[in-house]
Amino acid sequence: MLRDKQPVTITADTHPFLNGLWKQNPVFVMVLGMCPTLAITNSVKNAISMGLATTFVMVASYGMISAIRKLIPKQVRIATFIAIIACGVTVVDFLVKAISIPVYQALGAYIPLIVSNCLTLERAEAYAGKQPVVKSMLDGLGMGLGFALALTCLGMVREVLGAGTFLGFPVFGSRFEPWVLFLLPPGGFISLAMWLLFFAWRKERAAKLAAAEATQ
Amino acid sequence: MTATTVLAVRTSPHAHSTRSVEKIMANVVFALLPICGYAIWLFGISTLALLLATTAAALGTEQMFCRASGKGSTIGDFSAVITGLLLGLTLPPGLPLWMGALGAFIAVGPGKMVFGGLGFNVFNPALVGRAFLQAAFPVAITTYTSAKAVGRFTEFVPSTLAWPFMKAAPITEWVARTKVDGFTGATPLMLQKFDHVTTEPWSMFLGERAGSAGETAPWLILLCGLYLIIRGMMSWRVPAAMLLSSVVLAQAFHMADAARYPGPLFVLFSGGLMLGAMFMATDPVGQPVTPRGMWIYGILMGTLTVAIRFLGGLAEGVMYAILLGNALSPLIDNLTQPKTYGERRKAVA
Repeated sequence: MLRDKQPVTITADTHPFLNGLWKQNPVFVMVLGMCPTLAITNSVKNAISMGLATTFVMVASYGMISAIRKLIPKQVRIATFIAIIACGVTVVDFLVKAISIPVYQALGAYIPLIVSNCLTLERAEAYAGKQPVVKSMLDGLGMGLGFALALTCLGMVREVLGAGTFLGFPVFGSRFEPWVLFLLPPGGFISLAMWLLFFAWRKERAAKLAAAEATQ
Repeated sequence: MTATTVLAVRTSPHAHSTRSVEKIMANVVFALLPICGYAIWLFGISTLALLLATTAAALGTEQMFCRASGKGSTIGDFSAVITGLLLGLTLPPGLPLWMGALGAFIAVGPGKMVFGGLGFNVFNPALVGRAFLQAAFPVAITTYTSAKAVGRFTEFVPSTLAWPFMKAAPITEWVARTKVDGFTGATPLMLQKFDHVTTEPWSMFLGERAGSAGETAPWLILLCGLYLIIRGMMSWRVPAAMLLSSVVLAQAFHMADAARYPGPLFVLFSGGLMLGAMFMATDPVGQPVTPRGMWIYGILMGTLTVAIRFLGGLAEGVMYAILLGNALSPLIDNLTQPKTYGERRKAVA
């Protein structure tokens, strides 16, 4: 992931915010940041908290990275990005601890690990290190919220099937038989695979429709 | 007038057997039918419903995936029927029908069709379905009903007819009401592991005991397996290696600590060892192709089965043993390739 070349081409015609939120969704399209995606999506609450924490880190650190991008020597840019992102992560770490101890305990090591999330570093390298401040922050916001959206999608499947609840409220009533598997790690892989299958199917169908339109 | 003969030019093979995948698969289905019949006689209409549900769901899933991929239906090759029947035979007789159908969906969908259909699946599909059910519903899959219950042909086990996604009704009351003297709801393996009561191997051989629907009668499974082996439709090496290795290892454990570990006959006739060795380990897709590889594969699975049963936390280990064996079979194939004539081994420095 740490290549000099841009791993993902940026299409000029998409708004930086919408790009991250949908067109190049970090999880469903770029398949980045798999560690938190699989590890802490066993409930919707955890998924949303993790998504928002990552969004905060990305917006704050990309603003800073973009502001000083011309001062950073090319040879040490990765180290500089990581130092700046780590500042954001430290702030988020304290913030989450101050807001809710249970959430902090549920997310555990995954808050400090935002710094090594390849999504945060990839966007800093591919976008924020080259683009002006406002656009970079918008990109961070879009990517972060796209990440939160994907995590929530996974958390929804896993919590509804694995515990029969949504945000802690029962969905099926008290006689629901929970699918314990979905709270365990394999459930993360299975639900991620199902979402990726869904998006691949959508993409293929869209391509087919476009081809059919072109021939007409 | 000279007649010109048109010579057909074709590449080898020129000799064809009349056997096809469909024929062999159909024979496996025939071999499974007596086992299904015995299971229905032993556990009643709940088992019939469960077998129908798993088979119907397996066929439906195969059809659905075939249609979605647009490659034509492969429903006629009987492999989905085998998967459905085998899955149903490995499940507890009173399992809710919706869980059975879900297991069949997982078995055929993620277990087989996403790899590309028959011949491309890494794992035995029926066991993938069962492993999913075991991980998702650990309580339901270890709730067994007693064999030969009174009124098993006129009423369903209460848990069978649970609404989809809903908990099954408790069956302890039903088991207590319908059970015949001398029969319990616990399987011999569970009795041995958790209550330290060893069942007589001979009575287990006859098959009238609690357990997964199709695993209870080793004599019948042996006969049905022998039919396939004699017709040359199944490798004898894999079941022989698996059964022999588990017997040898069990004997070693038994000699070390007879009070703690039951004897080799108990290991041979309890749980799903016979059914797994005969019908699941021998899945032609999942097993190695070289004869030497088949022995290694069988011994590996037999050893794992006994190791899980004796040393692990689970009462039964056949399923995970076979799945692990499936995962290793490409490697075993690679390591046991026969030497080409005239080939020399590289000198080891």
